[in-house]
Amino acid sequence: MIEKRPGLTFFSHVVLLIGVFIVGFPLYVTFIGSTQTLEQISQSFPMSLMPGGNAIETYKAALFGGFTSAGSQIPAAGPMLWVSLVSALIITIGKITISLLSAFAIVYFRFPMRNVVFWMIFVTLMLPVEVRIGPTYEVVANLGMLNTYAGLTVPLIASATATFLFRQFFLTVPDELVEAARIDGAGPMRFFKDILLPLSSTSIAALFVIQFIYGWNQYLWPLLVTTDESMYPVVMGIKRLISGESYTEWNVVMAMAILAMLPPALVVMLMQRWFVKGLVDTEK
Amino acid sequence: MSSISLRNVVKRYRTGKTELQVIHGVSAEVAQGEFIVIVGPSGCGKSTLLRMVAGLEDISGGDIAIGDRVVNTLEPAERDIAMVFQNYALYPHMSVFENMAYGLKIKKMPSAEIQQRVDKAAAILELGHLLQRKPRELSGGQRQRVAMGRAIVRQPKVFLFDEPLSNLDAKLRAQTRLEIQKLHRELGITSLFVTHDQVEAMTLAQRMIVMNGGKMEQFGTPEEVYSKPATTFVASFMGSPPMNLLKNAPGGKAGQILGIRPEHLDIGDAGWALQVETVELLGAERLVHVKLGSEGLIIRTHEDQPAPKVGSTIHAQPREDRMHWFDAASGQRL
Repeated sequence: MIEKRPGLTFFSHVVLLIGVFIVGFPLYVTFIGSTQTLEQISQSFPMSLMPGGNAIETYKAALFGGFTSAGSQIPAAGPMLWVSLVSALIITIGKITISLLSAFAIVYFRFPMRNVVFWMIFVTLMLPVEVRIGPTYEVVANLGMLNTYAGLTVPLIASATATFLFRQFFLTVPDELVEAARIDGAGPMRFFKDILLPLSSTSIAALFVIQFIYGWNQYLWPLLVTTDESMYPVVMGIKRLISGESYTEWNVVMAMAILAMLPPALVVMLMQRWFVKGLVDTEK
Repeated sequence: MSSISLRNVVKRYRTGKTELQVIHGVSAEVAQGEFIVIVGPSGCGKSTLLRMVAGLEDISGGDIAIGDRVVNTLEPAERDIAMVFQNYALYPHMSVFENMAYGLKIKKMPSAEIQQRVDKAAAILELGHLLQRKPRELSGGQRQRVAMGRAIVRQPKVFLFDEPLSNLDAKLRAQTRLEIQKLHRELGITSLFVTHDQVEAMTLAQRMIVMNGGKMEQFGTPEEVYSKPATTFVASFMGSPPMNLLKNAPGGKAGQILGIRPEHLDIGDAGWALQVETVELLGAERLVHVKLGSEGLIIRTHEDQPAPKVGSTIHAQPREDRMHWFDAASGQRL
């Protein structure tokens, strides 16, 4: 804001603080919960907002598994985090690769039915996984991909959103650059690799963040295609803890939620600079 | 270094069933080492013609040869040309050095030789201190020089310039014009230079091609084009203010057009009787807008001569040897 009015500044800060509080407080409660013992959580009402002393034990139990005081088993989060990480990475990298190549084809090559192809891709934008989940499950099951990384990731890779985004970006690249590259003797793939890829780096970074979180947060699809515990992603793991047999180990649930939050948060923080740049400016 | 031959070059665009012809059979022979300017109003096909030589546009008919080699079907990179674009088309993510070296790197030239060629070009263009900068950190003039550097390092047979000066301000344009001339003298590479600016055309060209509506109107030295325009279009396009064209000139036959440049009309006591409409002072000279019957014309006089009064009648004598006669129907010089 260019105007300098103390009242307005105060008001906007209040709004921002409320926003931060709404987002931040549940996170804080989750963290506090993960440092207390189950007794501390269940016996005090409302629950204490001061950190407890049980953090190390709780996180150990969440990460490596163990037994509750009542004797039920806590599944280890470690392997689940690994499954989540691998499938999120496959989804992200697969999506970006395929969208880059298909956008490249649509923008720079004149093949028959080019527009039809583009519109077909565009129409799939309107069909998210949830809509086509029945037939997709059928296909994956028939191909024997249940309980595999392929089953977890391949159906989520094809992406119209990213193709569309890259198409729009490629259209803004001046034609003269293509022509200059042709005169310099760069073939199509060379042009793609040497010029188009570096120019799209910020968009790629932005998409990486968005798609990584998308892949990491998948719940419904893994629920369908995995029956083997070793292929459960961490988001499913949290849910399974809550529906535990005797009673819920809330401190472990909280710890696992924090653990599950860390990798996407890390990705956002590490790529923040690029990410914001990719969304805000188009460097030409 | 190489000659260029254009033999009846034709360009057609096909959109659906309609066909649009934009270049109507242009033929020209450019000698080795010549600096040729292609000039014309926007939409006359001059850029298209250049891009056909570059290989960026297909040739619909005729032949283009560089040296002894017909290049119609060759890729741009195989034609041994270099091109400077209007907006320079520098690769934004590469440094100045990488921009200039990119074409050589693709040719798999040893890096020592790349380094040597880039250094040499940078020295000629005074870019030595900028080699590690990115294009966005450069001024317009510097970018323009990088674009020229990228062309020079290739050591091509032909330079192609597509309005390279039009994004520069007036002062820089004049300066760069001189630099291009100097560069051409030093390297002696055959050059085609496209512009819509007649001053650029007159000052740079050894010979110039004047184009209009996809046709070549005249191909000659700047002196020839200025003093012996081949058509009424050339007469009216070159020169500022342009040549006066009179349909009903005294002493002319029906169906003939008289062309006379504003500076070739001498105000005096004898000659045509002219009505003064307005007078403009441009510093060293004065433009007198007059009427001869119903036709308007312009006379250029020195500022030290007395200014005619607006509304008065003056007399002016056209110089016999500077009168140009054109056929009214075809526009051709008679």
